[in-house]
Amino acid sequence: MERAIVYADNAATSCVSESVFEAMKPYFCEKYGNASSIYSLGYESEKALTAAREQVAKAIHADPSEIYFTGGGSESDNWAIKGAAFQKAKTGKKHIVSTEYEHHAVLNTLEALKAQGFEPTLIKPTSEGIITPEAIAATIREDTALVTVMAVNNEIGTINPISEIAAVCAQKGVLFHTDAVQAVGHIPVDVKALGADMLSLSAHKFHGPKGVGALYIKKGVRIMSLISGGQQENGKRAGTENIPGIVGLGAAITEAVEHLPEESIRIAKLRDELIDGLLALPATRLNGSRTQRAPGNANISFEGVEGESLLLWMDMNGICASSGSACTSRSLDPSHVLLSIGLPHEIAHGSLRLSLGRYNTEADVDYILKTVPPIVQKLRAMSPIWAGRI
Amino acid sequence: MYTQKVMDHFMNPRNVGEIENADGVGEVGNARCGDIMKMFLKIDNGIITDVKFKTFGCGAAIATSSMATELIKGKSIDDALKLTNKAVVEALEGLPPAKIHCSVLAEQAIKTALADYYRKKGIDPEPIVGRIIDCEGCHE
Repeated sequence: MERAIVYADNAATSCVSESVFEAMKPYFCEKYGNASSIYSLGYESEKALTAAREQVAKAIHADPSEIYFTGGGSESDNWAIKGAAFQKAKTGKKHIVSTEYEHHAVLNTLEALKAQGFEPTLIKPTSEGIITPEAIAATIREDTALVTVMAVNNEIGTINPISEIAAVCAQKGVLFHTDAVQAVGHIPVDVKALGADMLSLSAHKFHGPKGVGALYIKKGVRIMSLISGGQQENGKRAGTENIPGIVGLGAAITEAVEHLPEESIRIAKLRDELIDGLLALPATRLNGSRTQRAPGNANISFEGVEGESLLLWMDMNGICASSGSACTSRSLDPSHVLLSIGLPHEIAHGSLRLSLGRYNTEADVDYILKTVPPIVQKLRAMSPIWAGRI
Repeated sequence: MYTQKVMDHFMNPRNVGEIENADGVGEVGNARCGDIMKMFLKIDNGIITDVKFKTFGCGAAIATSSMATELIKGKSIDDALKLTNKAVVEALEGLPPAKIHCSVLAEQAIKTALADYYRKKGIDPEPIVGRIIDCEGCHE
């Protein structure tokens, strides 16, 4: 299939794969029954729901009874954190440990809990963008209800030592949740090996549809429900199931995990070419660890350049990417992730995130490497803070 | 999100560069906010005969700088002092609400450069140019 654009923003969202779309199609107009209904049309939906739950469970090495479908990554994060907080509050535990560079689905959930008397402590990542188990251990208190740490950072792609962090939490008897939205389908995720109590995932990050995700809740872990209503999802998450979306999630996670071994190697090779090619420009830096890094993520800062201008020029040349500049974050400050790893504001404003995925090719990387450097040079030439440099 | 006019001035900015021995130079904004504009003026007999700019910033920052220089080039100092950020926005056929501060920055850059012109001549600029709003002020 020919693509008119070079899409290098797969961490933002990804296209639904043709086969996933095919799998979803019958559940709109033909097999549209409510999975709770008694007649055979409803049973078709229930069968699909069961099959998708098994697919998701298999992909992350969980039991199907531990998979709860949700309306996406943000809902999963909200549910895990608020549900655990409200549950633990009954025992008087109101302290929550998390990190400065979580996704806003986590940070703003913690902010909301703060207003209700909970006390979050946010840990700063290392300059390499990693959360260490030691930092977690040092922050856990007697009254800590929950620790929540992302598996892979969405902006800089760094991979956290989740199994070691989970071990610290288990040893201290504290619940542990991980936002694995950027991990599932991109790096191996085995909930048993990780030892997480809860894990969030989202379909559209691995070529599934938007608006559907799941929360893994380990057997025996009790959290409060947020959505009250019918008995769907074992009585824990009400609402008529989004069957086409859930079928899409099941198909997409199966595809992604099946091809992960060879795809992660292929994509990491493209990413490395991209990083090396862009770092060849003067006054550039790679944000986040080079080695502990998701296969598709390249996050580069160009001194003297503002991110939105760079993105606009790239868009004019048919390349889709993101930036951590304030203008693209719709606030006055640049990316909280880049500031958390110690970047000064002006460098954070000039960051570019390229996130590669299944449909990116060598030709895409060549095109990006041919297109971006002249844009950077053009913007630097008119930048008053570049004057006198190199 | 941007009008065609904004994209035109962003992609083909007018009057980019510096003027050596400029009669007035003004820099506003800061790297913290992500926008810095620097304006250079050549002034003969009260007329702005040449103007150049350098800008670090988003698409709107570059487009407003470019448009502002176009609007004052060849004009008298009095006319340049009357240039409002609103006029810059209108000339660009609109800006998204979150980008209006860029047009304020462009207006302030011209005023700062004119203040520098008067200061070099030993004249107190404040009664003529007025107070310059700093970057923090324009963001509020």
